[in-house]
Amino acid sequence: MSRTVTAPDETEPLLYVLRNALDQHGPKFGCGVSQCGACTVLVDGAIRRSCVTALSTVPEGATVETLDGLGTPGAPHPLQRAFIDEQAGQCAYCVNGMIMGALGWLRARAADGNTAVPTDIEIREFLSGGPVGGDPIQAAPNQYLCRCGTHMRIVRAISVAAGEMLS
Amino acid sequence: MTGGHSRRDFLKRGGSIAVAFTFLPELLSELGVTELASVAAREPTAPPLLRVVPPQPNVPYADSVSWIVLTPGKVTIHSGRVELGTGVRTAMTQIALEELHLSNVNVSYVQGDTRLTADEGTTAGSKSIQNGGPLLRRAAATAFQELLARAAAELGVAPSQLEASEGMFRVRGGRKRVTYERLLSRKSTVLTALGPTVPVVDPDDYGIVGQSMGRQELPDKVFATFQYVQDVRLTGMLHGRVIRPSGRNDTFVGFDQASLASAAAIPGFVQVVQVGNFVGVLATTEYAAIQAATPRLGGVRVNWASGPPLIAQAALPTALKDPVNTYGTNLEIRFGESLPITNPRPDVAASNAAYDAAYAGAAVQVSAEYFTPFQMHAPFGPSCAVADVRSTPDPDTGVQATVWSQTQGVYPLRRALSGLLGYAGEVAVHVIYEEGAGCYGHDGADDVAGDAALLSQACGGPVRVQWSRQDEHGWEPLGPAMVHVMQGGVTGSSVVAWDHTVYSPTHNSRPNGTNGGSLIAGMLTGMLPATLGSAAGTNTSTRNAPHTYTYPGRLTQHAVRSFVTTTGGSTNANPDRAPATPLTWLLPRSTALRSLGGYSNTFANESFLGELAAAGGLDDLAIRLDHLSDQRAIDVVAALGATWEGRPVGIDGVGAGLGFERYETIEAYVAAYVEVHVDRTTGVIRVPRAVVAHDCGLIINPDGLRNQIEGQVLQGISRCLVEEVQFSDRGVTSLQWERNPQFGVVAQQYPVIGFNDTPSIETILIDRPHEVAWGAGEPTIGVVGAAIANAVYHAVGVRLRSLPMRPATVLAALAAT
Repeated sequence: MSRTVTAPDETEPLLYVLRNALDQHGPKFGCGVSQCGACTVLVDGAIRRSCVTALSTVPEGATVETLDGLGTPGAPHPLQRAFIDEQAGQCAYCVNGMIMGALGWLRARAADGNTAVPTDIEIREFLSGGPVGGDPIQAAPNQYLCRCGTHMRIVRAISVAAGEMLS
Repeated sequence: MTGGHSRRDFLKRGGSIAVAFTFLPELLSELGVTELASVAAREPTAPPLLRVVPPQPNVPYADSVSWIVLTPGKVTIHSGRVELGTGVRTAMTQIALEELHLSNVNVSYVQGDTRLTADEGTTAGSKSIQNGGPLLRRAAATAFQELLARAAAELGVAPSQLEASEGMFRVRGGRKRVTYERLLSRKSTVLTALGPTVPVVDPDDYGIVGQSMGRQELPDKVFATFQYVQDVRLTGMLHGRVIRPSGRNDTFVGFDQASLASAAAIPGFVQVVQVGNFVGVLATTEYAAIQAATPRLGGVRVNWASGPPLIAQAALPTALKDPVNTYGTNLEIRFGESLPITNPRPDVAASNAAYDAAYAGAAVQVSAEYFTPFQMHAPFGPSCAVADVRSTPDPDTGVQATVWSQTQGVYPLRRALSGLLGYAGEVAVHVIYEEGAGCYGHDGADDVAGDAALLSQACGGPVRVQWSRQDEHGWEPLGPAMVHVMQGGVTGSSVVAWDHTVYSPTHNSRPNGTNGGSLIAGMLTGMLPATLGSAAGTNTSTRNAPHTYTYPGRLTQHAVRSFVTTTGGSTNANPDRAPATPLTWLLPRSTALRSLGGYSNTFANESFLGELAAAGGLDDLAIRLDHLSDQRAIDVVAALGATWEGRPVGIDGVGAGLGFERYETIEAYVAAYVEVHVDRTTGVIRVPRAVVAHDCGLIINPDGLRNQIEGQVLQGISRCLVEEVQFSDRGVTSLQWERNPQFGVVAQQYPVIGFNDTPSIETILIDRPHEVAWGAGEPTIGVVGAAIANAVYHAVGVRLRSLPMRPATVLAALAAT
């Protein structure tokens, strides 16, 4: 299937093209400045915050992966299955970022030759955008936020899925 | 903006989208979003149906408002209690299925729709399961009784000879049977829900209630097929953005004319709307609307006149206590009164004399003052709404405005929108709930619906308004700052005197009647806000201010005004709580944030009890158990006994603390144990472990309950350690989550805790299947702050009485010892 969408201005963030012109519901608007992760997609496999990714920076021929295309109820991706099994969501508005971010991260680790299932601390450091022990009010960019407080379950879900993906 | 226009082909292949693009010189005619899915109507379908309606149906939609509808093979729950991310939908489904003796069936959940669901007020205050649950249980039981009667007639036996399971009635000891499907196919019936005497399933026989059931909507969310309010799209819909004043009291002067020309040149720009201080832009695409509302992207620049300043943030601890800012004082509990308060009440003078004598006679006397700052809901997804306001009402339905909203109360919003839009009757507005990001109280959800409605009315077509993060952080109504003055005394192992004085602005500015001024859009167009609420009550600042221990206490509440109606002069001389023009805001707008005053009150109460324990040389667990007489209260505190006995002691910087409350003094019981690590060098406090004991009576969904408790522990930690709204004399300045110089975000922002600050959380659930099911969405958060404060005291010997406990605050407190 091919659809042509037009963007009059190459500064338009990828997020709005995906949501409004391509009917993607996975990537979401959260902050607009790369602080929360709600809009996360993978561009040629790399984690990108689509809210600050101008269309002009997306290469021709690039592959954009969204949560919408990841799996289906009949054939769920391990991350999707784990998020449901662990009930890793309340409002679940953040789930897109958690799943797509973890997917990009786990793939990148594996591509670097690290196929060990990450520890909970490693998962938390990834989702925090920095090491455990830092000042919580000086949080790192590229962290993933959850406001409902489902953190424990999200870490567990990623751990379970990683075990399946890396086995 | 770039010079050329580009065009990209998005090729959908399997699980991904491939992007290809070519530059094209001009494509203006092809710009914009045109066709997008319309929102399907959600009318009940496919008669015959068995419909159970509320005893007092709403007019004029008595023909469509239901509580539960059964059709062959399907159950549809119509719930005025909406899913806010808290698991209400799943728990309500369990309650209905239990009474219907069904488990594996297709269940639809119609929620929050002013044409399809009853007016159950707002989904708030941890009251859905508690108040909405029994109503739905009766409605489902009413339907079951009808099916039972039909089955008995069909099979020619007495109802008592029948047993039901999995959609079928069987005659006990016999072979005759009939399916629900067959019974439902017989005829359509409308039944009024029976009262509390309707037979219901014995809790001892529960098979679905009490079991963990996965959230009904979670799979759709995980597969990105769920429709949040942010995903609602209507044909011909424009995208709107708002441009707020430069300050709370600032007023519109005019537009920068050059910026209007610049905005008009943005491809997709449609129009600017200005009514009084309300300014918005409309465009055919979301990005064009963003650009048009953002001066640095070529958008509209508005000139504002500065109004009077707000009370300074730094002055709050003293300003809240200043009589000039108080509009009401209420002695809520006289010393020696026990809960619940009964009439006639003891004489005030006698009560005060009794308190004075008790305090004077105490062996150990303690005084302390606590402060908590303005805090925000900060929903993870900023508020959004879609409105379709027509020039004339629909001749069949009378509806002129249809609004899709994440509101907690579709009916209260309907009333406020009717006032905002100038309609004579509220039935001209149809509000349909669509879930947004979790709200945790009265956030911007209602306000953005007002914005969308006003912009739709202005342009005559459907409009979607998505607030920016800055709109949400800057203009959502906040949980107010509070001050607590505490005094008490201990003799031996007994607390003998207790006095708590609360100073707080209102915790309730929800949509109020048909007053459009209870929405931001109305306020900005010149409508007046609601009259300031009465000075007292559990639904505002004194939620959980009364303690539930056996020792006597006195409670006084001072209501702090949010605005004055004249500029200058003493406001205390004017006791009138009603707004008038000119109106000057003194503080950021405040309202209901999860547990209202409860978080701050319990922080003060349980911290101060810790101070009394320390002053009297008493154990934290023992002082609580010694002053409780209610066995269920004793049970939740005692459930932490072994954990408390095994707590870390004797390590500098490591400590454990306790907190207890009975929510609203008459509902769920909760006790928390937390451990903290305090870094004396950096001032950073961490909470590695929390244990919560919880008794909310009958548990509907254990895992759903644990999820709520865990979330409240996390939010409770966040509010204790890092959350504080920053505001200048003009308004809120913490407009993002964190500093981020790359995007020009340099001032102190509004952080929330992240994954590195997550403790392990253990929950001890005390299930009481034969007791009433109380709400569990708010009790736990209340005890977390105090438990941390008590733990910090045991870790480093310092009592922190102000929130948040940021590193600089901690270091200063450590240095002062």
